Amino acid sequence: MSDVYIVGVDMIKFGRYPDRTVPGLAAEAALLALDDAGLGIDQMQALFCGNLGQANNMIGQRMLAEIGQTGIPVVNVANACATGATAFRDAWMTIKAGVHDLVLAVGVEQMGKGLLGGGHGGVSTEGVLGSGTMPTMFAQIGVEHARNHGTTFKQFAKVSVKNHHHSTMNPKSMYRVETPLEEVMGAEMISYPNTKLMCSVNVDGSAAAVLASEATAKRLGLMDRAVKVRASEMSSNPFAARQLAMPDFSAATRLAAQNAYEQAGVGAGDIDLVELHDCFATAELVHYENLGLCEDGEAGRMIDGGETALGGKVPVNVSGGLLSKGHPLGATGIANIYEVSTHLRGEAGERQVEGARMGMTHVVGGGPGMGTACAIHILEKV
Amino acid sequence: MTEAPSIIAHLKRDDDGKPYLQGAHCGACGHTYVGAREVCAQCYARDRMQPVSLAETGKLYAYAIVHRSFPGVETPFIDVIVDLEDGAHIKGILKDVAPEPENLAFDMAVKIDYREVVPPGSNEKYLAYFFVPAAI
Repeated sequence: MSDVYIVGVDMIKFGRYPDRTVPGLAAEAALLALDDAGLGIDQMQALFCGNLGQANNMIGQRMLAEIGQTGIPVVNVANACATGATAFRDAWMTIKAGVHDLVLAVGVEQMGKGLLGGGHGGVSTEGVLGSGTMPTMFAQIGVEHARNHGTTFKQFAKVSVKNHHHSTMNPKSMYRVETPLEEVMGAEMISYPNTKLMCSVNVDGSAAAVLASEATAKRLGLMDRAVKVRASEMSSNPFAARQLAMPDFSAATRLAAQNAYEQAGVGAGDIDLVELHDCFATAELVHYENLGLCEDGEAGRMIDGGETALGGKVPVNVSGGLLSKGHPLGATGIANIYEVSTHLRGEAGERQVEGARMGMTHVVGGGPGMGTACAIHILEKV
Repeated sequence: MTEAPSIIAHLKRDDDGKPYLQGAHCGACGHTYVGAREVCAQCYARDRMQPVSLAETGKLYAYAIVHRSFPGVETPFIDVIVDLEDGAHIKGILKDVAPEPENLAFDMAVKIDYREVVPPGSNEKYLAYFFVPAAI
């Protein structure tokens, strides 16, 4: 099986674009990624297009209608917050399988403002049998970590301070504003222990990647800026006793992480930077442990010591993360891959993680009574 | 007078009209689920599920204090995950406790309290379940 390389990758600046269309946003990212590779749409052999909000509306085909209808196979992908990463992995698999050797993966989302969650049919149980909002689901996960390890509200809040700081160095981030600790802790409480500044931002966005087999990347002279995909793994939620009451994002993340390290033949100590799924500040600390960046129970100490800030032992979410860069659901997974690739290419400017050779991306999504989708990629500088 | 309908499928009334939560117990691995089911998600056993009435006492496992919810939903309230005495795990709202973290202790004893309420967006009463602190 051929190794697979990213030969072009880019994203649009995340923001609010109510006057644009989903296929139009997808097309912009696709063209940026093609330009990054120096290739044309006529050279792509397949398209995997991730979008959640309009999953039944053939976004991939409509995107091609805007940039070139070449007749290639199109697969429209929806998989909760792992949508974009799933589209990327599907593209990767076709090259691994030897079916294609040059494939385009796109992730795109256009979102409204406000709380996500709930929305099932029938009489609402919200405020009666609990809350189905995303902030509450992830508040519970933070409180569970506090139960097990004594993690404090202040430690969770520090995640938000860090990621907002990182975003001031990222021109493609939705927000680029410093948020001091007092401001994060004093912001409107949404669902304790997550304040408004500890919740990710609903934005519009798109990101795209061009993947190539090794032979094709070499033939086209694209190895100079290529990024090697060392591991691509996915998981769904393995059985967890409380999952029907409290969706479980940890077991799926641990399973995918373990398999990704095994596939890449590396350990957590080899990873120079991580873009992980900080949909809420509470989630980031839990995932330090799930991804093996520290021992169980050490996540609070890790954020206190600045180990995951730019310049620290293993910088996490130097893009600003979902908390500040924004979280356009279907685009997030490929935007993370863009961020890590940019560091591995040494092109991240002010926020560059010095000497980065290997990075990890992680997304995990799901909802109450639904289940979990997790995707992890390990990428390496060529 | 007709009885208020249940707000969710696994909340039932017995022949005397007394509310109970329906569960399922796996005879193979011993896990107890909220609601009816046919196959065990943990051990994959088929035909080993026994219908049970869930326990009405348990301990607080985790919580969130909900200050912002969807329009029309009264806040704040305490969203709790409770480990019931029979091993089932269930989500609900803890009543009769002021919604501040200092009032909440992990593993505090709670019990189920069935109440009829008008859910947000509805004009009718529904049967629901809540948790309240249990006297020890």
